[in-house]
Amino acid sequence: MAGRVAIAQGLKLGLLALLDAAAVWAAISLLLRGDLLPLALLAAGALLLNYVVLSRRAYPLRFLLPGLVFLFAMVVYPIGYTVNVSLTNLQTGNLLTKVQVIAQLEGRYYLPPESETFSYWAFRNPQGELRVTLLAEDGCSYLSEGSTLVPVDLTDPRFVRGPDGTVVAFDDFSRLPLAEIYRSLPALERLDLTWEGVHVRLATIREFRTYLRKYEYLRDADAIRDLETGVVYTAREGYFTSPDGVRIEPGFQIYVGFRNYLDVLTNPGIRADFSRVFGWTVAWSFLTVFFSFWVGLVLAYLLNDPYVRGRFFYRSLLIIPYAMPAFISALVWAGLFNTDLGVINRIIGALFGTKVRWLQDPFWARTALIFINVWLTYPYMMIVSLGALQSIPKEMYEAARVDGATGWQRFWTITMPLLWVSVAPLLIGSFAFTFNNFTIIWLVTAGRPAVLGAATPAGATDILISWTYRLAFEGDRGNQLGLASAVSIIIFIIIATISAVNFRFTRALEDVSRGV
Amino acid sequence: MYSRPSLVGLVVRYTLIGLALVYALFPVLWILSASFNPTNNLLEQRLFPANPTFEHYRRLFTDPTVPFPRWVLNTLQVSGITSVITVFLCALGAYAFSRFRFRGRRAGLLGLLLVQMFPQMLAMVAIYLLLIKIKEFIPWLGYNTHPGLIMVYLGGAMGFNTWFMKGYFDTIPRSVEESALVDGATPFQAFLRIVLPLARPILAVVLIIQFITTYSEYVLASILLKGTDMYTLSVGLRFFIQQAYDRRWGAFSAAAILGALLILAIFLPLQKLIISGLTGGAVKE
Repeated sequence: MAGRVAIAQGLKLGLLALLDAAAVWAAISLLLRGDLLPLALLAAGALLLNYVVLSRRAYPLRFLLPGLVFLFAMVVYPIGYTVNVSLTNLQTGNLLTKVQVIAQLEGRYYLPPESETFSYWAFRNPQGELRVTLLAEDGCSYLSEGSTLVPVDLTDPRFVRGPDGTVVAFDDFSRLPLAEIYRSLPALERLDLTWEGVHVRLATIREFRTYLRKYEYLRDADAIRDLETGVVYTAREGYFTSPDGVRIEPGFQIYVGFRNYLDVLTNPGIRADFSRVFGWTVAWSFLTVFFSFWVGLVLAYLLNDPYVRGRFFYRSLLIIPYAMPAFISALVWAGLFNTDLGVINRIIGALFGTKVRWLQDPFWARTALIFINVWLTYPYMMIVSLGALQSIPKEMYEAARVDGATGWQRFWTITMPLLWVSVAPLLIGSFAFTFNNFTIIWLVTAGRPAVLGAATPAGATDILISWTYRLAFEGDRGNQLGLASAVSIIIFIIIATISAVNFRFTRALEDVSRGV
Repeated sequence: MYSRPSLVGLVVRYTLIGLALVYALFPVLWILSASFNPTNNLLEQRLFPANPTFEHYRRLFTDPTVPFPRWVLNTLQVSGITSVITVFLCALGAYAFSRFRFRGRRAGLLGLLLVQMFPQMLAMVAIYLLLIKIKEFIPWLGYNTHPGLIMVYLGGAMGFNTWFMKGYFDTIPRSVEESALVDGATPFQAFLRIVLPLARPILAVVLIIQFITTYSEYVLASILLKGTDMYTLSVGLRFFIQQAYDRRWGAFSAAAILGALLILAIFLPLQKLIISGLTGGAVKE
């Protein structure tokens, strides 16, 4: 026994040592690349692992840690990140950090009026290195050395001349024919050659010209000066902005506090979209739960009736919509409701000689969605109600019958109140789930039809979560990640409130039922 | 609660059940018919096809432009691995919360309850950016990889299932492990050899529900997977039928039938078990 324990201990420590070695190796390679954030994460992870394995006090953590790692990485961290993004202006046009924007602007050049022009030859050696010789209008010639230019004398015998007298090669470099130049254009465009503080860059396929730096970052003023015009652009609201309001693109990320949340509540365009989407989301969830509950309850009532034969058989068939994967049902229903091809319009056409524009008209699209979602949800309600019905003690009905209550009275005074106690929390839970049922909306209508004149890409059947998806991934104004994150957090607050109410409601209802 | 109904009452009852059966089964029968119908066009379909054919099913497995087998394989792989790991990790965590008393236990439980209320897809932007970042450092675990997707699903599955299993472990009396602990077994050995076998029903419930949930997941898979060979069935089928109801309806129906059969084959025989899990632990549809 002691021997086995020692072996197990040895194995454990050996494995830990191996993992630590791997961590050290990874840390060194990260350090060399200069990726400090992942390095910090790795170090924290490795330290935690050692603590958990070596310390006796951390014993429970050995059980908890594997799951917690995933929970933190894929839920807790993303929640924090979403909150963080919701406080920024992150969107297309403001995706870069300020440091990145400054670096990009400092890499821009302009063509001064007195710019000099050079004709050039490009050369490449077998290693793929690219160099150019430049010939100025005044006859001076230069050769590129890395990113600098040095004056050279092209009559030097080092330069080999071809039959037409032009330079065709030097050292191990040989001249590129025109076709090769076309192919090497990106590399040539990247060349930024300096000579005495002047930048020389490719201007057209035939010539290089002298350029000057366009922008300079003024660290003390936190501003960008345009070296061509002298205008100073100060950092304001995510852009470098001139005194008369001109902005330099691209902008950069900044914290905007609660502006995204305020936009949802006060910006007329966004608020109009939000209210419309919110209203439909609530209606969609409520009507789904309402209709599916009643359909489910009626069916449960019928299937619980001992005088109905074949109840188990019907139950197994009626449960099928719930057992089908929802994405398959949604895609199938989208086909059945197809305006031109779908079977539903063919039946309606045969009966009434008309066509319903199911997925193009906002009202009918919403009707179809609720019809489909009731189909998907009623079996759940049926099962839940069936369970609740069966748990109601038979004696209560006997007593009521003795007192002369009719069937209808028995249903409303005994069945419903008792059923309600056990089903209400599940209905609220179902409401919360439907509230965020992206899959059905997305696979049936994808939020369409579009709403003309909407400030954001919010379609007539978009619910809050699908609106968020559009804002983030497919807006016609680019990706409004800050706003999308703010809407996500608003949804979470709504869901959390519903859940909290549900929690209280459950307890309250239990108290009520004890009183019965 | 029921008294012997009159004849009219019985007719009403059977009529209502009949209507419900039509509502429930019509779409299923319609695609079943479409899958055997020679035409691929929704418009030309009849409920009882004139010359039924297996052509659509054959095409799913032979036409190289329809990577249906690939999608099924991807889905089974992702769902299978996710559900097995979920069961193991959640059982570990639930055991610790149920049996150990340690500092931060109450806070941990409360945190778990809070976190499991948050629908993971609300953080889709963050998850998307995170996986792109991970891809820079660990290419096989980042954006557009199945291990990456599994990792995301695992994170989303931890909160609720740990909480759910802890409730079950609490009902297993501590005395069953105590003799083993007295004999010198470590808590981990007691967990593995004594508690896990006793908890088999809950393990099965979590395994099956997690498998079905992952199988049906669309949003995160659609954001995190790119390229038809990487798709899971949900993303693939949508890609396949979108804008093509007039050209691919037959093949789509065959794929839908096969895709649904797999889950029906698990769900219907085990419905009691699954439903107890779905309703017993409050609501998780």
